[in-house]
Amino acid sequence: MSQLTLTQSINAGLRRAMEDDPKVVLLGEDIGTLGGVFRVTDGLMKDFGSHRVIDTPLAESAIIGTAVGLAYRGFRPVCEIQFDGFIYPGFDQIVSQVAKLHVRTQGKVRMPLTIRVPFGGGIGSPEHHSESPEAYFVHTAGLRVVSPSNPQDAYTMVRQAIASDDPVLYFEPKRRYHAKGDVDLEADLGAAPALGSARVAAAGTDVTLVAYGAMLKTALDAASAAAEEGISIDVVDLRSLSPVDYVPLMESVRRTGRLVIAHEASQTLGLGAEIAATITERCFNYLETAPVRVTGFDVPYPPSKLEKHHLPDLDRILDGVDCALGRTNSRTGMED
Amino acid sequence: MSDPRQEPEDQGPMHMHQLITADGQRVEDELLEEFIADVDDETLLGLYRDMVAVRRIDREATALQRQGQLALWPPMLGQEASQVGSARALEADDFIFPTYRENGVAYCRGALFSQMMGVWRGNTNTGWDPYEINMATPQIIIGAQTLHAAGYAMGLGLEGKESLAIGYLGDGATSQGDVHEAMVFAASFQAPVIFFCQNNHWAISEPVGLQSSVPLAGRAPGYGIPSLQVDGNDVLAVLAATRWAAARARSGGGPSFIEAVTYRMGAHTTADDPTRYRGVTELEEWGAKDPIARLRTLLQGRGKLDAGAEAEIATTADTVGAELRQACISLPDPEPMSIFDNVYADSHAILERQRDHYERYLAGFFAAEQGLGTSSSSGAAGTKGASTMEGSRP
Ligand SMILES: Cc1ncc(C[n+]2csc(CCOP(=O)(O)OP(=O)(O)O)c2C)c(N)n1
Ligand SMILES: [Mg+2]
Repeated sequence: MSQLTLTQSINAGLRRAMEDDPKVVLLGEDIGTLGGVFRVTDGLMKDFGSHRVIDTPLAESAIIGTAVGLAYRGFRPVCEIQFDGFIYPGFDQIVSQVAKLHVRTQGKVRMPLTIRVPFGGGIGSPEHHSESPEAYFVHTAGLRVVSPSNPQDAYTMVRQAIASDDPVLYFEPKRRYHAKGDVDLEADLGAAPALGSARVAAAGTDVTLVAYGAMLKTALDAASAAAEEGISIDVVDLRSLSPVDYVPLMESVRRTGRLVIAHEASQTLGLGAEIAATITERCFNYLETAPVRVTGFDVPYPPSKLEKHHLPDLDRILDGVDCALGRTNSRTGMED
Repeated sequence: MSDPRQEPEDQGPMHMHQLITADGQRVEDELLEEFIADVDDETLLGLYRDMVAVRRIDREATALQRQGQLALWPPMLGQEASQVGSARALEADDFIFPTYRENGVAYCRGALFSQMMGVWRGNTNTGWDPYEINMATPQIIIGAQTLHAAGYAMGLGLEGKESLAIGYLGDGATSQGDVHEAMVFAASFQAPVIFFCQNNHWAISEPVGLQSSVPLAGRAPGYGIPSLQVDGNDVLAVLAATRWAAARARSGGGPSFIEAVTYRMGAHTTADDPTRYRGVTELEEWGAKDPIARLRTLLQGRGKLDAGAEAEIATTADTVGAELRQACISLPDPEPMSIFDNVYADSHAILERQRDHYERYLAGFFAAEQGLGTSSSSGAAGTKGASTMEGSRP
């Protein structure tokens, strides 16, 4: 076991993938000499050369588009998008090409791209540096979308993403980049939980609380706070946002009868909407109360001095838990 | 294949226009001369004053960031001549589309320090009112604003107005598709737009040679856009080059591209550590080409900048610094509920419901903090009414 930060864990995962497969190449802005603005690729250019760790010209559409060409040629490109809000120039290539080439060619052309995106807020940044754009990609058939919440998952899941023959959007919880944890660098990839699987992060009996990425820590903190009040929360770390692994989720909701979903992204058509709908369809008879969403508001990400109002925090999650428990909460008395 | 990380060596047919050398000598430039025929020593002194003020703004803002008063700051140290020279070539009704780094341009445009600092303090995404100073707000998405400039200029063309738009961009931005598409549209519609590219040699850690193997000004002619390469540390040459482009725009000559060759003496932003990717020799080399020092030498040589004048300019700069600091630290924190404002021209029921909900939430939170609490928040779960947990299970 090694004690690593989340950035170091991704770095170790990239390094391992590059050692295991000479077809793995990294592309991105400032990823080489600088090692990335978050230092996720620190040292990789030095060790693997500038032909495998490629500082690209400043153009996201080209980063993704040329990765498509590299994939055609049998490479496994790993693209870094510097910040969440800068993925949109590459959006067309992702949605119209990366997501569709496999089906378009009837499975003859594989697109094993990994697109790494630091996402989410809470770091006091200016506009475009704190967004949660995951739902756009979840909405796009042909893409897998994942988000690790801890160093071990960050390490394992980046390797799995690169090994996957499907394109994977890998959303990195940038607010948690410096979080440390034990990482087993020698763990057998085959024995690890599947890339598409969810995980119960804290066992509980009263309410099911679903979160992913940086919000998972907030959810766990909320569960601890609630435990002091005698409320037992089952926290599910989604890990995979597309596809969602409903098995552990349904199992949990069947026990608790109550569901809260928390995410930073805006509410409308976010993961919370999809999960609430699916659980309502598939576990309707088990639900004691309607599923509750605790999310960012349907507003563009606010300036950093106001971001604490947009980001669901421990208190807002507990308020949502109160709602799921049928207790007095901030929604009490609101007109329907 | 040549190493793309090297500086382009072959400057080809590109000739770097210059009027004041690095050591402060006035030299002639055949093309530019006519555009500054009216510039007397008083005007030069004004440009000098502007550059000293802009440098002071940069220094004060950098200090404010270190002191935790700003969240971030993008330094413009070394780029004062490019920003002042270009801004001072424009008319009040010309419209500017800047990047995040054009705070020197904003100063020349009359932006208030409170407006300038608001964005970098994290109070707002919008410093000034774009229509008040005819300057769009700082653009962070690399290259996007060049399309806006082209489109604004197309609008001027449609209206038959004798005015122009100018889009600022960096060397790194020239790789973005948006910038190329902006040049295509500008050329197709002969739009009165100036693409003003500050080649400060770096895009964060990436040297300009990675973006282009030819001089940046060499690309525009391929789109049918006449271009100039100008010494970006020579305020007089930048003024002249921008006037050249403006004259073309105003007389129906269509778009122009200017590459101002300058250098980013500071970090990319206050969050950046340039020692990881560039050496000191380059800094020393460019330090010797300082835009302010060369104009000082020229003015002193002409007897226009004696000790008294220098002291007076230094005092003005001190005032600028003090005013900026004061404006920054006295900015009121934005109102929490303002996150719901202005999302739409006409808000809608879903958003208003979220606003209403959050208002209730905050009120309950406040009540709980005052010990009046019935509602959730910090005390959360346990403080509230009986759980319905024991309710029936399927
Ligand atoms: C679309 C997009 N991609 C990436 C970034 C991150 N980024 C911010 S500034 C910058 C470098 C810009 O370099 P340049 O155009 O030369 O302008 P300079 O910063 O030197 O003024 C990068 C990559 C961004 N802001 N927008
Ligand atoms: Mg630059």
